[in-house]
Amino acid sequence: MPIIDAILDDFFWRALLGGLGVALVAGPLGCFVVWRRMAYFGDTLAHSALLGIALSFLISVPLNVGVIITCVVLAIALVLLSRSHTLATDTLLGILAHSALAIGLVTLSFMPDVRVDLTGLLFGDLLAMSRDDLLWIYGGALLILLLLVVLWRSLLMSTIHEELARVEGIPVERLRLVLMLMFSLVIAVAMKIVGVLLITALLIIPAATARRLARSPEHMTLLAVMFGFVAVGGGLTLSWHLDTPAGPSVVVTAFSVFLLIYGGARQTQV
Amino acid sequence: MTEPLVTLERVTIAFDDRPVVDRVDLKVHRGDIITIIGPNGAGKTTLIKAVLGIQRVTEGSVKLARNLTVGYVPQHLILESTLPLTVRRFMALSGRPGSECQAALEKTGVGHLVDASIHHLSGGEKQRLLLARALARKPDLLVLDEPAQGVDINGQAALYDLIRQLRDQLHCGVIMISHDLHLVMAATDKVICLNQHICCSGYPADISHDPAFIETFGQPVAESLAVYHHHHNHRHDLHGDVVSGAVTDDNHQECDHAHH
Repeated sequence: MPIIDAILDDFFWRALLGGLGVALVAGPLGCFVVWRRMAYFGDTLAHSALLGIALSFLISVPLNVGVIITCVVLAIALVLLSRSHTLATDTLLGILAHSALAIGLVTLSFMPDVRVDLTGLLFGDLLAMSRDDLLWIYGGALLILLLLVVLWRSLLMSTIHEELARVEGIPVERLRLVLMLMFSLVIAVAMKIVGVLLITALLIIPAATARRLARSPEHMTLLAVMFGFVAVGGGLTLSWHLDTPAGPSVVVTAFSVFLLIYGGARQTQV
Repeated sequence: MTEPLVTLERVTIAFDDRPVVDRVDLKVHRGDIITIIGPNGAGKTTLIKAVLGIQRVTEGSVKLARNLTVGYVPQHLILESTLPLTVRRFMALSGRPGSECQAALEKTGVGHLVDASIHHLSGGEKQRLLLARALARKPDLLVLDEPAQGVDINGQAALYDLIRQLRDQLHCGVIMISHDLHLVMAATDKVICLNQHICCSGYPADISHDPAFIETFGQPVAESLAVYHHHHNHRHDLHGDVVSGAVTDDNHQECDHAHH
């Protein structure tokens, strides 16, 4: 259809469509990050995305695939390492987050013929969204939403009380793995819009904003999606008109909404 | 009826080669209330986690009756403050219909709290909610980890009473961990004193005389319990009036609970 083609030919609309697709899954996943106290964990995975990009160039696979694989491997390594209890989890995450970022940067610097827009990768780029990226985003979002709907009760139960969930026959360990796969997927697709350094913000800030008004877990995820839409829409418009970097503009918008809600709205009773 | 709900055979659980639970044998039948007592670090929680199937056993075996539904009442319900959750929603997560959830809440005396936020419940209300959650599953076996924690002293007695009533109504087996020795002694069929291994087990009136029990808990505790049992062949309600019904005694083991 010509109208859709016209829209998809415009880089701003592509970025906006992509951003809204990311916000669609960042809302519910962000709620789980907040509920399960995984903010630092998300940060670590996001930082490792840069390493994933470097590795994708090294072995010539599509960037998204490289990023997803690196995130998943790191996530599994984190789970296994945190079981040994030799280092506190936050120390371990701090080590891995920054090491992954540093190794990624060093590896990229060894590849002079590869021209990457480092600022774009770190902070997001309005111009970088291609039609292929849109396919990735909406394909990924569909998969994640489907998984969330099917696994919702089990995921929620294992978040509320892990042992109770296990006694009731919910496969808690497998669900954790699925959740990590979803995080990896969302990081891979969100990278283009907000950049690896700011992905966690897009997960956490809308969810935290939603908490103030939410009456149930489901209500909170819906509100988080809505606040995510506002952040992406507002941020990209800001970036377009004022020529500010895309990722930071989205995060600044999300933060403004957060301040507004926490300053203005009365806390709910649930 | 005769087949036990749970059979533990020489169960040993070791962390880093240090046995936390050492060769424990245990059988739980329908209608039993078995209380595990013991000092801190005695492996009580580890043992019931093995029964629940969430703790791997190093040696020995845990056998559960077929199609056994277990209701678990964990020590705490610590809910992340960022998660908005009402009592109704929490109960609904059990997957049971609303009417059954409401009935379970009524049974444990928190039916009026169905629309309350879990964040606003007191310690005792949370314990009763967890108990209702376990009941909604219609359990054959009820496993409770220190159910009276964070509950005031009157509430504790009422809670143990409730557990006993529920056992009678559901005709399920009950295993619980408790620190409230005096209350346990009055409300239990069988006491297991665990200190890695089972150092003694039996009926409440006997166990306080057991040398192993005295060694574990000390002479003063054992004596206070022995005195308690000597002088009470009746129970008091909250106002101090004598109520009918003898305390558990040795004959209780033959009692087959003919109340269905």
